[in-house]
Order: sequence, then C-alpha cells, then structure tokens
Amino acid sequence: MDMIPDTDLPRLATSTLVVTADVAGYQRHRAAWTDVTDGIKLWRLALALGWLDIKLKYRGSMLGPFWLTISTAVWIAAMGGIYGTLFHIDMHSYLPFLALSLVLWTALGGLVSEGCTTFTQAEATIRSLRMPFFLHAMRVFVRTVIGLLHNVPVIVVVFAIYATWPGWAGLGCLPGLLLWTLDAFAACLLLGTFCARFRDIPPIVNSIMQIVFFVTPIMWQPEQLGARGWWLPLNPFDSLLEVVRAPLLGQAAGWHVWSLALGFSALMCAATWLLFARVRSRLAYWV
Amino acid sequence: MSEMGGAQISVQNVSVDFPLYHGTARSLKKTMFAAAAGRLGEDRRRRMVVQALRDIDIVLRSGDRLGLIGTNGAGKTTLLRTIAGIYEPTCGRVVVQGSLNALLDPMLGMNADLTGRENIMLRGLYNGFAKSEIAALEEDVQSFAELGAFLDLPVRLYSSGMVVRLGFAMATAIRPQVLLMDEWFLAGDQQFMEKAKDRMAGMVRGAEILVLSSHAPTAVREWCTRVIWMDHGRVREDGPAEAVLDRYLQRAA
Repeated sequence: MDMIPDTDLPRLATSTLVVTADVAGYQRHRAAWTDVTDGIKLWRLALALGWLDIKLKYRGSMLGPFWLTISTAVWIAAMGGIYGTLFHIDMHSYLPFLALSLVLWTALGGLVSEGCTTFTQAEATIRSLRMPFFLHAMRVFVRTVIGLLHNVPVIVVVFAIYATWPGWAGLGCLPGLLLWTLDAFAACLLLGTFCARFRDIPPIVNSIMQIVFFVTPIMWQPEQLGARGWWLPLNPFDSLLEVVRAPLLGQAAGWHVWSLALGFSALMCAATWLLFARVRSRLAYWV
Repeated sequence: MSEMGGAQISVQNVSVDFPLYHGTARSLKKTMFAAAAGRLGEDRRRRMVVQALRDIDIVLRSGDRLGLIGTNGAGKTTLLRTIAGIYEPTCGRVVVQGSLNALLDPMLGMNADLTGRENIMLRGLYNGFAKSEIAALEEDVQSFAELGAFLDLPVRLYSSGMVVRLGFAMATAIRPQVLLMDEWFLAGDQQFMEKAKDRMAGMVRGAEILVLSSHAPTAVREWCTRVIWMDHGRVREDGPAEAVLDRYLQRAA
C-alpha cells in the first residue's frame, strides 16, 4: 500500500462551525470580529501568500523585486531633475522631500489600487474553502510592505547624498506608520468589498488616484502654494502622508496634521467596520 | 470510530439564494442555468435571485455516509459549499462539529504559477499546520504523487495527469472527521484510480461523516448508505442508498 500510517499524517484541529442566517446586529459584529481575529491567527499564511505574490511577479527576472528599487530611483532622478529646474528649487531641500514623498506615495497608491482586488483576486480560494476574509486584506498588506521595503534604499541613498539625516526625531514616524497599518487593513476591506460588489469601481478608483497624485504635495511642497493652498486639509492623503513624512525630514507633524489624519482614519475605519459587519456573509456570493 | 467521535452535521431549514448582480457573461450563464431549472425568483427586496437551495433539513451523525444525487444544477455543490461554511445561507442554520475538509474542485485553490512544493506548503498553512506537520505533509504527498523533479516546477507545466495526482495526494493526505467530496474526485484515469483506491478508501473510512456529491450512481452505491436526491434545490427523496438510487435511475431512464 502506498499509504503512510495515519499517525504520521497531520491532523486537522477539531472545531465547531456555526453559520446562521438573518442574525441580529450585534451577532454580525461579533462574526466580523471573529473573522478579523481568526485572520490574525493565520499570520504565517498571510506572510507566505504575500511573499509568494511578489516572488511570482518577478519569477524568472534576474533582479527580482529590486526592479522596484531601480524604477523608483530612475523615476526620482528624472522628476527631481525636471521639477527642480522648473520650480527653481534648491535640490538640497527638494530631492530628499521628493524621494521620500514618492516612495511613500507608491506604497499608499499601490495599496489603494491593489486593495480593490483584495477579494476578487482571491476568488478561487474563497469558493473552495472557508477562510477569514481578513486574511486577504493581510495578504495585500504584506505585499505592499515588501514593496515599500525594497524602495527604502532609494531614500537612504538620496538622504546620504544630500547629507539629510533626521536623527532620533525620525523615530517620530512610528506612530504614523502604525496609523497607516490600521488604515491599510481598513482600506483593503472597504475597497475590496465595494469592488467585489460593483465591478466598475476599480477603474474609477484608479483614475481618482491619478488626480490625487497631482493635488497632493508629492512633487511640489505645500509652501509653494502659500495661501492658495487653503483646500489642502480637505485632502486626506495630505495629512496622512505628512504624519510619516515630516518626522523623517526632521520636522514634527503638528497637532492639526495629526488630528486631521486621525479624523480621516477614524471615519474610514468606522465606515469599513459597518460595511464589513453588514455584508461579510455575502462576500462569497459576490466574488 | 472513536467513542468520543462527536462529529455531527446539522442543516436546519436552510435556503440559499444567489443574487444576480453583475451583467457579465458569468451572471448570464447563471441566469440561463437557473431559467432552465425554473428557479428564477425575486427576494424580499425584489432583487433577482437564483433559488439554489430551498428548505433543506439534514442531520448527520458519526458513521453516516451520505450521497447527494441529482442532475446538473440541482443544488448538490451549493449544498456542499453551504455545509463547508463557504456560502452562508440566506435563511436557516448550519452547524458542523468536528474537523472538516471539503474537496470541491480539482485545483482546490492551487495556484498554477507556483511550484508543487509551494502549493503543498500553502495547503498546510491553510489548514493551520505547524512547520513539522507541513514537512510531513510534503513528504507524504511527494511519495504518493511521484512527481520527481516536477515538484519544484510551476504546476502549469504539469500534464493534466500530474495535476490530478498532486491534487489527489494533497487532498487525501489530510484526514478530517467530516469529509465533503464533489464528484470530480472520482474522475481520474483508470490506472491512477487503481493506485489511488486504497488511499482514498483509507481517507473515507477514517472520516466519521462522508458527504459525496455525484451524478455517477456507481460511486454513490459503493461508498454511501444513505442517499438524498436533490431536485430544483429541494430534497426530493431521502432514504437508504439502494432504494433511492433505483428510483432515481428509473426516473432518468
């Protein structure tokens, strides 16, 4: 017989699955919460999935994910050259700002556009076994973080060239990054859910993000707008970028920036939670 | 089975509606399928739905071997997916006690771009296995599937026979208390099925509860003691395997 004795085979954990339709509101919230905590318990799977996604994308290429690093470096050099000349700005202050902003934006923008396919991309898995939906958000998050880490060397090199070093103040970016993490999960659940139900949303999101790129201080600095920039606080990406960027440039993000960032995040997280708790049980039908 | 064998499935008054949202080819296909089966309806909010399952009540205890038969679109696979917790029912309640493994499609969430080995690792992680358990899983699958060097090549390069071997080896390497199986599983080539039979028998015997969906009565006759005949999303008959199968075949003839 080809069989290996049963005792050598891994066992599935015994569990009880209870699925009830038409549950009351608080039960939906509890089910959504269980989904999130069960997802977190599968962190090793999320890491493997995210890592394999990156590996797959670059399988067969010589430099692998370091193509990300190179394309970001080229992008920054080109933009820095053109815009620095156009705006007549001192490269010493402009290029570190540009490099940092572009790298952070790449992560944010990438997360938003990939967040749209959080669930639709996992269709095969969702239909073949019961998994926490939060797992798919974690997978997108892991992918984004790996991409971001590959771009960090570009920032380090630019900072080194222009001898800009935030020092210990740079650690001030950590609370900002924590907020980003929370927002990233929320964005994946929110966009992933909407895009699973309404297939027209991903192209809309992508074109909005192209516009946002230009109206957010990434290639230009807020000071350049002066008084004409009164609308800037209305752009959530402005304050969200600033809470991470300012400390890394050796400045502190002021309380008004933080309160805006926290306010926008709280709004998004609340909206996400209400939506996710409400429609989680329908997601398998939508993908 | 063990005395403490507490495996149990309870499907209480379950109905499942598929919403028809997307004006895509996929939805169109569903629509036409459902129209053919005469089950298009509207739900409370007057959205178009396909009534995939209607008022299903099933209780299964340790030792039960249930076969689901019926034509294409009768709701067999949807019922399996509902028991597996993939589709949460529109009304009613599903309770499954005991570890569960659902073998629903041949690829079982395999990623064709990943290597065989990577797919095995992922399967282990999906089941929440520790590192040592994943190593055991890999060894077991490797020795049964006999893929040799192909194990480290992307699955898309495999012949269809190799994909079946890998899928089968992975699926049968995990021994659940509750085993849900769709018919594809019995559709390997003859030579392979000879080899696979013992392993399959081991898994099926090891499971406390088996639910097998098939429109091939031979397989159901071989494995099952009780048969439910599904028709238009409802239970049409429920009883001892032989009796229900005979009537089903008479009807089909």
